Amino acid sequence: MSRETNERIPVLKLGDILLVTIQVDMHDQLALTLQNELTEKIVETQAHGVVMDISGLEIVDSFIGRMLSNLASMARVLDAETVVCGMQPAVAITLVELGLSLPGIRTALNAEQGIALLQGHPAAPVEARGHAPAAP
Amino acid sequence: MPPLHRETLEIVTEQDVVRTRHRVRQEAVRLGFKLIDQTKLVTAASELARNALVYGGGGTMTLETHADGGRTTLQLTFEDDGPGIADVEAALEDGYTTGGGLGLGLGGSRRLVSEFELVSHPGGGTRIRIARSV
Repeated sequence: MSRETNERIPVLKLGDILLVTIQVDMHDQLALTLQNELTEKIVETQAHGVVMDISGLEIVDSFIGRMLSNLASMARVLDAETVVCGMQPAVAITLVELGLSLPGIRTALNAEQGIALLQGHPAAPVEARGHAPAAP
Repeated sequence: MPPLHRETLEIVTEQDVVRTRHRVRQEAVRLGFKLIDQTKLVTAASELARNALVYGGGGTMTLETHADGGRTTLQLTFEDDGPGIADVEAALEDGYTTGGGLGLGLGGSRRLVSEFELVSHPGGGTRIRIARSV
């Protein structure tokens, strides 16, 4: 266990959203460590959303798929919505052929859209703020 | 015809599962597989390597490349000396599991490759050979 505890996947807090970017090829224990850390962090920060960027993952097999599904379920029980984003097309095709459908997981094409989705304005382009014209 | 290349990797720890994924990816890239086919091979290898570790108590993956009439084939054979699979037909069905998993590993990996051969006897270990050509 000591070897695994040195490795971790960073969880960043952005307002009331947690951002997790998975950049490494996770072995199974690391995936479970992430599950534990993230659920603890949701409670600690009272986050209402989790954006899980998996653009760095070259495959999603049944174990990682199950981890993502479990994580979304756990987050929901803790009053946080999960959006998985950045899945590579080849990974998506393989996942479906493998038989995984990631039930209950919301997805977005990239982290920016994932965050926008959780903030309630899906896919809205980011525009200059603070200069909204006054209502006539 | 003897293989162009043959090597055997041990699968004893979770890190070894990651290592087998990397090695299969490396070889699939070298042989010129398209990205989608690389991904399918690596995913199938990941499922089978994990099965060998979790259900077989550890095992090996033998990687071979064969050239046959202008086609190059990447063949992976996973072997373990575990308890074996009592009901192979059932084990290949989606949702069947004895280990608390999703039960997608075997049937799912079969869908990701073009050749799939499973030999197992209760008490006599399991041997699974998969292959894809480019």
